[in-house]
Amino acid sequence: MDIRIPLGQWVEDFVDVLTDVAQPFFDVLRAIFLGAHDLINLVFQSPPFWVIILAVAALGFLARGWKLALGVLVGFTLILAVDQWENAMDTLSLVLVASIIAVIISVPLGILGARFDNASRILKPILDFLQTMPALVYLIPALILFRVGVVPGIVATIVFALAPGVRLTELGIRGVDKEVVEAGHAFGSSPFRILRQIQLPLAMPSIMAGVNQVIMLSLSMVVIAGMVGAGGLGGDVVASLNRLDIGLGFEAGLSVVILAIVLDRLTASLGTRKPRVKKADAVPSVNAEASVSQKDEQLVAASAS
Amino acid sequence: MSDTVAVEVSNVYKVFGKKQREVVKRLQAGASRGELTALGTAAVIDASFEVKKGEIFVVMGLSGSGKSTLIRMLNGLLEPTAGNVTVYGSPVSGVPSKQLREVRRTKISMVFQHFALLPHRTVLDNAAYGLEVQGVSLDERRKRAQDVVDRVGLSGWEDKLPGELSGGMQQRVGLARALASDTDVLLMDEAFSALDPLIRREMQEQLVELQQELGKTIIFITHDLNEAMFLGDRIAVMRDGRIVQVGTPDEILTDPANDYVAQFVQDVDRARVLTAAGVMEPARAVVSGSAGPRAALRTMRDMQTSAAFVVGNGRKLLGVVHDRDVLKHVKAGNRDLMTIVRNDPATVGPDQYLVDLFEPAAESHLPVAVVDERGRLLGAIPRVTLLAALANVPTTTGENQVIETPATVAVEVITQTLRETAGMTDEVDTKTRVHSDDVEAVREGSFN
Repeated sequence: MDIRIPLGQWVEDFVDVLTDVAQPFFDVLRAIFLGAHDLINLVFQSPPFWVIILAVAALGFLARGWKLALGVLVGFTLILAVDQWENAMDTLSLVLVASIIAVIISVPLGILGARFDNASRILKPILDFLQTMPALVYLIPALILFRVGVVPGIVATIVFALAPGVRLTELGIRGVDKEVVEAGHAFGSSPFRILRQIQLPLAMPSIMAGVNQVIMLSLSMVVIAGMVGAGGLGGDVVASLNRLDIGLGFEAGLSVVILAIVLDRLTASLGTRKPRVKKADAVPSVNAEASVSQKDEQLVAASAS
Repeated sequence: MSDTVAVEVSNVYKVFGKKQREVVKRLQAGASRGELTALGTAAVIDASFEVKKGEIFVVMGLSGSGKSTLIRMLNGLLEPTAGNVTVYGSPVSGVPSKQLREVRRTKISMVFQHFALLPHRTVLDNAAYGLEVQGVSLDERRKRAQDVVDRVGLSGWEDKLPGELSGGMQQRVGLARALASDTDVLLMDEAFSALDPLIRREMQEQLVELQQELGKTIIFITHDLNEAMFLGDRIAVMRDGRIVQVGTPDEILTDPANDYVAQFVQDVDRARVLTAAGVMEPARAVVSGSAGPRAALRTMRDMQTSAAFVVGNGRKLLGVVHDRDVLKHVKAGNRDLMTIVRNDPATVGPDQYLVDLFEPAAESHLPVAVVDERGRLLGAIPRVTLLAALANVPTTTGENQVIETPATVAVEVITQTLRETAGMTDEVDTKTRVHSDDVEAVREGSFN
C-alpha cells in the first residue's frame, strides 16, 4: 500500500508527549485514585466478613425488602465459600471508586449537554467513541500513563463507563415536562434554581438509571482491568485463563455475577424508591416548619453520591 | 377597570425558522403567511393591543392560531422577532435576562394548561413557589401561601402532593401559585381547557369572583368561545397568527368583523353571553305614578297596550297598571293612580344573562322590566325581543307591533271615557307634565 496514514503513530507520539510533559499531573491523579481505592478497600476489608454481609443485606432490605436481603446473604456466603471474599471486596472497591468518579464526571456533562445543543452535538460522537472502542485499547495508554496496578484499571473503567451516565442525565433533563420548566421561568427563577429545584429532581429516575448503568459497565470492566494487575476477581479470571483452570475461572466468574446482581438490584431501586421517601418526608417537614427546599437539596445530594 | 395600561403590545411578530428577519420584512411588505413557509413559520403577525388594569382580556383562537405563542411573549418566555411588549411600562422584549426575571417576579405571573406544578412539593410549597423565588422568608411565604390556598378553596389539602389531587384541584394550586406571588398581571394559558366541563364552569365562576375581589389584570387564552364570552371584558380573536377582531363579547357576537369571526360565533350559546342590558328596549308604556289615571289611560291608548309601567321619583319602578282597572277607576272618578298599581312586574338586573330571563318572561304576561340596583327602570324585554336576540335577528331597528301586550279594551271606549271625564283632570295633567321629562327619558332608554 502506497498511501498509509500513520494515525497510530500520531496517537503514539501524542501519548509520548503527554508522558513527557504531564507526567507529574498523572502522578497526582494516580495518587488520588490509589488513595481513594485503598480507603474504600480498607472499609470493606478490615471488618470481619459477616459485618459486611449483614450490612449489605440490611441495605438490600431497606431498598427492596427481605427477598433482596436473603439474596445478599446467600450470594455473599457463596462468594465466601469459594474463597473469593478478599478478591470480591477488592473488586467492589475498584468498581465503587470508578463509578463514583464516572458519575461525578458524567452528570455535569449530561447537564451541560441538556442545556446547550452545541455541547450535546460535541459530546455525542465522543461518547460513541468511548463506548464502542474495544475496552482493551484504553488499557495501553492507561498502562503507560499510570503504570501497572489498580489505577490503570480504574481509569480504563471510568472512561468505558462514562457514556451511559452522560446520556441518561441529558435524556432525563431534556425529558422534564417543558411546562414545568416554563413555570420556573415564568415566576422569575434563575437557570441555576430551575436546574436545582425542578430539572434535577424531576430527572432523578433517569439519572439514577444512568448511575445504575455506570456501575454495571464498571463491573464488566473488572476482568479487563485484571489484565493490568488490578487484582481482585479480574486477576483470578485472567490467571485461570492463563493456566486453563476451569474451576478457578468459574468460581471467580460466578462471584462477579453475584456482585453484579446485588449492585444492580440495589442501585436500580434508587430511582424508583425516591418518591416514596419524599412523600413520607414531606408531611412531617411541614409540621416541623423545616424548609422542604433544603430537604430537596439534601436528597438530591444524597442520591447523587 | 381603570384607564391605566397594564400590558401594551405593539406590532409584535414572532417567526420560527432560519430567516426570521426576512419573513418579518416580507410580511410587513404585504406578503401572506402561506407564501413564506419556506423561509420560516410566522406564528404571530403584527399583533397590537392594550390591556387595561383590572380587565379580563381574552385571546381566542383555534389551535395553531398563535395565541399560545402570543401569551409567551408577554412574559418573555419567547422573545418577539419584532415589535415591543411592555408591562406597566417595563419592557419585556429585548432586555437582559436579569431584568426580565425581575419583571416576572414582581409584575406578571402565569397559570399553565397542564398545571405545571412541582410534583415533589406539597400544595403549600407549590403555592409559595413564586414567593420563594422572590426571596420571601419561609414563615412569611408559608403564611401568605396559606391565605391564597384558603381563598381558592383548598384548605386542608396543604400537605398533599399535587399527584394526589384531581385536575380541578391541581389547577386551583396553579392559580394559588400565581395569586400568591402577588403580581398584578396574570397570564392564563388555556388554564381550564384540560378540565371537565362542570369543573371548568366552576373554575370560570371562581376566577370571575376572584378577579372582582382582587382586581387583577387577567390575560386569558382559550379556544373555547363560550369561555371567552363568559370571562372576557374584551376578546381578541386570532386566526393564522393575526388578530382579526378586538371587542367586547357583545360586539364580537352582534357585529363580527368578518366571516371567520361570524362563523366562529354562530355556535356560541347566546343565552349565556348576552345580557339583559344588551337586548332590552326602551319601555314604551310608562306613566308617572303621580300622574292621574287619565294620563295612564291615554298613554295606554296611544301605545295600544293593556298595561303600563308606573314610575315614581327618579324613575323608580313602582309597579304596573292595567287598562281595565284604570278605566274603572276613571269612570268612578278617582284621581289617584297609586291605589290601583299592581306591584307584580317581573324584574331583572341589567347584567343578568338571557338564560336567567326565560322564567320571569314565561311567568309574566308583561314585558320583563330591567331595573338597576336602585330599582330604576332601565328598559323592558318583551318575549319577542328575547327570542329575536337568541336567533340573532335585529330588534333594535323599527317598530315591532306585537312587542307589547295588546290592549284588552277597545280604543274607542277609552277615548270616549277620556272625553266624558275631561273636566275633572286638568290639575292632574299639569302634574304629568312636570314628570314628563323622566318619562321621556325612560322611553328613549337613554340612561343606564
